[in-house]
Amino acid sequence: MLIRNSIASDPKSFEITSKSTYLNRRSFLQGGAALAGAALFPWSVSAAMPKKFKNLIKSPFSTDEPVNKYDEVTGYNNFYEFGTGKTDPMDNSATFESRPWSVTVDGLCDKPGQLDIEDLLSKFQQEERIYRLRCVEAWSMVVPWVGVQLSSILEKFEPNSKAKYVEFTTLVDKKRFPGQNYPIVPWPYTEGLRMDEAMHPLTLMATGVFGEELPPQNGAPLRLVVPWKYGFKSIKSIVRIRFTDQQPTSTWMQQAPNEYGFYANVNPAVDHPRWSQAKERRIGQFFRQPTLPFNGYADEVASLYKGMDLKANF
Amino acid sequence: MARQKKFPIKPFVFLACLGPALWLVYGTLNGLLGANPIETILRDLGDWALRFLLLGLAISPARRVFGWAWGMRYRRMIGLFAFFYAFLHLSIYVGVDHFFDWNTIWKDIVKRPYITIGMGALLTLIPLAVTSPKIMVRKLGGARWKKLHKLVYPIAIAAVVHFFLLVKADVREPLIYAVILGILLAERAYRALPQAMLRGSGSSSSG
Repeated sequence: MLIRNSIASDPKSFEITSKSTYLNRRSFLQGGAALAGAALFPWSVSAAMPKKFKNLIKSPFSTDEPVNKYDEVTGYNNFYEFGTGKTDPMDNSATFESRPWSVTVDGLCDKPGQLDIEDLLSKFQQEERIYRLRCVEAWSMVVPWVGVQLSSILEKFEPNSKAKYVEFTTLVDKKRFPGQNYPIVPWPYTEGLRMDEAMHPLTLMATGVFGEELPPQNGAPLRLVVPWKYGFKSIKSIVRIRFTDQQPTSTWMQQAPNEYGFYANVNPAVDHPRWSQAKERRIGQFFRQPTLPFNGYADEVASLYKGMDLKANF
Repeated sequence: MARQKKFPIKPFVFLACLGPALWLVYGTLNGLLGANPIETILRDLGDWALRFLLLGLAISPARRVFGWAWGMRYRRMIGLFAFFYAFLHLSIYVGVDHFFDWNTIWKDIVKRPYITIGMGALLTLIPLAVTSPKIMVRKLGGARWKKLHKLVYPIAIAAVVHFFLLVKADVREPLIYAVILGILLAERAYRALPQAMLRGSGSSSSG
């Protein structure tokens, strides 16, 4: 049923944009990104700029809301592995090496194995998906991710019927992740999804942003993007994916179980104990705007939680 | 006093204290405050309120421990700057961050301990700011004025707790402030100690 769900959405019958429109858009994005990159790292203009994707397809799941600026998306975020400040990820990740990289996929599946980043990039169709991102701290952005629908990756490893959850783990490497020298949160960072959440067509394994491969501060070389959940669910720099029958205990659940639950669905009606979740500040905007249930993706995902008490399962 | 006549230091100290606020104005106008300038302003103002509060509390220990009496001349100004930054901090929270959304703000005050505590600290600072002019010291009488201004201790503790409660996981920064405040309060407790201990040992020997 889970797989059927994915196949139903699989037909690549996305209204294909005319090639010229698409190329124009891409060159615009690339130009913008390159300019922003040069402004941020003037000394690195001649150095290796992130690789650009070719043959990206556009996704019908994309929002048409205005996309945030490149320097907002890559210069303001949480990635405690690089430090707890909002600019620490950008400031402390310049030397991060994301190759070679492979992800161990194991647990309750029939074909456990390794997922090499080069295979992920070359053997899967990459698509651009422009998603809203709502941080649990009540700010938000619109981000043009590039990636692969997670279900199409997970299917290759043939999870069996006992698999009820998927657990994701971030790399531990104190040299590459200086933030891991301090026990701010229990390392490694782990996250989890219910199987049907992981197989949902909206759930993306992102490999890029703004038409380029992910910069380290955004979770290179691959990260989860679950747009209807608070941003911390979208775990970065993943090295392990494990199918399990037990609900994984995420890092933030360990850190503060009364503040962060397993589901972490965006919900304006359930406040964080220390602040309201009713509104959010879209980065770049002066006024706060109302937060929507499931971050505006209720039509797609609300049915996953039918009959559940979302206040208890926060 | 003689030194002050030779060279007017106070205006420079005043300008230095105003510096962080001027920087925020300049940074806002020139887009230098990052992707979320409102958050930057709010945090910076809170940081500076706390720093001036602790600086003000450091002046009399500095005199007692190191013999630096000159600090006393700036104590009132520093205290008033603590109030200035705390007041701007609150104003930005109310008028910009939540844009006078009184419903949300009221819920914050009653439901979130860190807001309740922060708000309490700021309200308690008001009578201290109001009674800072020399004429108020005279009006109240030295003893009563001193008693009133002892409120700065619970205010400083509340300010540090406010900071502690709002961070998500990384408590290192509030911890630094807590340690500094701890030292400043310990110095005072230590000074108060010998007398109390004498009294304590006296009563125990008689009993």
